[in-house]
Amino acid sequence: MFQIIDSNGKLVGLDPNLDEKLLKEMYWWMVYARMADDKALKLQRQGRIGTFPPTTGQEATQVGSGLATDKEDWIFPAFRELGTYLLRGIPLEKMFLYFMGDVRGNIIPENVRNLPMYVPVSTQIPQAVGAAYGMKLSNKKNAVVCFFGDGATSKGDFSEGLNFAGIFNTPNVFICQNNQWAISVPRKKQTASKTIAQKAIAYGFPGILVDGNDVLAMYLATKEALERAKSGDGPTLIEAYTYRLRMHTTADDPTRYRTDEELKEWEQRDPITRFRIYLESLGIWSKEWQKELETKAEDMIKKAIEKAENIEELKPEDLFSYMYLEMNPSLTEQLDYLKKMLATKEIEENSEKIEGGFP
Amino acid sequence: MNMVEAINNALHNEMKSDDKVLIIGEDVGKDGGVFRVTDGLIQEFGEDRVIDSPLAESGIVGFAIGLALYGFKPIAEIQFMGFLWPCLDQLSSHASRIRNRTWGRYTVPLVVRAPYGGGVRALEHHAESFESILAHIPGLKVVIPSNPYDAKGLLISSIRDPDPVVFLEPKRIYRGFKEEVPEEAYIEEIGKAKVLVEGDDLTLVGWGSMIPKILKARELMLEKGIKAEVIDIRSISPYDYHTVHKSVEKTGRIVVVQEAPRTLGFASEIISRINDNEMLNLKAPAFRVTGFDVPFPYYKMEEWAMPDLDRIIKASRQVLKW
Repeated sequence: MFQIIDSNGKLVGLDPNLDEKLLKEMYWWMVYARMADDKALKLQRQGRIGTFPPTTGQEATQVGSGLATDKEDWIFPAFRELGTYLLRGIPLEKMFLYFMGDVRGNIIPENVRNLPMYVPVSTQIPQAVGAAYGMKLSNKKNAVVCFFGDGATSKGDFSEGLNFAGIFNTPNVFICQNNQWAISVPRKKQTASKTIAQKAIAYGFPGILVDGNDVLAMYLATKEALERAKSGDGPTLIEAYTYRLRMHTTADDPTRYRTDEELKEWEQRDPITRFRIYLESLGIWSKEWQKELETKAEDMIKKAIEKAENIEELKPEDLFSYMYLEMNPSLTEQLDYLKKMLATKEIEENSEKIEGGFP
Repeated sequence: MNMVEAINNALHNEMKSDDKVLIIGEDVGKDGGVFRVTDGLIQEFGEDRVIDSPLAESGIVGFAIGLALYGFKPIAEIQFMGFLWPCLDQLSSHASRIRNRTWGRYTVPLVVRAPYGGGVRALEHHAESFESILAHIPGLKVVIPSNPYDAKGLLISSIRDPDPVVFLEPKRIYRGFKEEVPEEAYIEEIGKAKVLVEGDDLTLVGWGSMIPKILKARELMLEKGIKAEVIDIRSISPYDYHTVHKSVEKTGRIVVVQEAPRTLGFASEIISRINDNEMLNLKAPAFRVTGFDVPFPYYKMEEWAMPDLDRIIKASRQVLKW
């Protein structure tokens, strides 16, 4: 397994000699994502946002790989990549909106080459390959990064997508966040393969197993895979070996299927703690700086919630207007009906009797 | 041109005028497609734009969606409609809803072509008609031509359409007849039904492979003095109910003919809308002649499973005698 710093924050691989600004940036995005995740969990418990999939424990995978991308690279996500999502320039309020059941959470800013979250597992994979084929055909020196989980590797679209990528030698980087659990199904029940990385061999391109809780290893592995992709050498599969410290979604209770011991063991490998220790050893981290980051994150999170909670109300038109470039006559009729029903509504769901008569 | 030639010609026109247009599918390159619809295109446009894909239908449509998201105009060929089932996830979970779920930030200008329908003594799984399942997916357009001229004009519209279109080709009439088709590009608007022949006595409605049978039935009934109005729906999503309703207001009688299984076929939707809007104009109940609620049979029994002249004429007689 490719590793630069171990779970005690000790340098065990080659010193990558990354500049301090980048190291600080890595740390910032991990802290910000963790704090946003903490806050989202609280908001969910208060009923202010709906069901969502917490990301805690996987920040290094997401931030390390995300910071290796260029602005012009594209990202096809699954739904547990908050770190990548934020550092690519999607405002946090979009995430809150999405989990508040507001479709406007999916309106990615024009200059950000990210697709919105993909809920049906693995379906983004062949799409990421098609986009990469388009990129190659357009002679662009960019790449498409595609995220998915360990469960996704069992599905047909994973196999079909990676097979296409191998055949067409597309500029793709596939990042499997192997967080050990697909809801309650452990990794060993998804595949009899020893690693997920080794599956790449069957598709004719390299696969690499990386410590997904080591932000430096994730950064370097992704950087190298992106360089390969951009120089025409084709796709790479990165298995990021990590762990979901929280529930699958807030509707899930992981105590039903995994042990406290396992959780404690993985808490010892927390990606943020170990990177902090490493930064401290370089003299980059201090308590004051930590406080500074936390204050900044708190402020940004507070503003994001305010924005999300105070967004203008949706209109009945919004249900229909974006189905096609132009609304068809059937939809126009259905919109008129909905508007009329809302305007003349007299019977509430908990009504006990009808006030008006019948002809 | 016959329908295969007209479709090939449309693909050629669009690939020539827009280098964002490309084709992906099984055997579409060197082989020119199993029905030769893409014949000659790889020689002219190269293997980067006429892509022989691995044998993976969901992958083909997923890949094509990715191309469309990136700004290309892919045309995916699924060899037979019976093999389109694995693509329903990509079509219904993504192609049909990306515009809606991003409020237009991302769109999928994609065409999925597939030959459909029976009557050609094909193997099992090579003769399905499940167009109503596709039309039930909000956000898709479902276009079904019945003749070479429309096939070309509707396909060009589909390729230029900013939203995903499933283009179903009635393979029974692929080479059934020829007609005058201009070499240059032209469009037929999606979502407009066409009155093929006018008449006052009853309205016969159908699409795709049923149209030649309906026209033949009209011809036979004309000998008995019955003038049926024949409407080719051409696109079941969006559906041009105005044209159908206008005709029913005139004739008061309607028979809908569909090859697909009976229950919840598109005929049911057509009749339901007549119930909503035209009840008082009807002189007889709206009838339908359909396939049966069985898997499309092996070819020894296929003629039993499809609407035929006899059934269309008997249904017409019933609504006329009512």
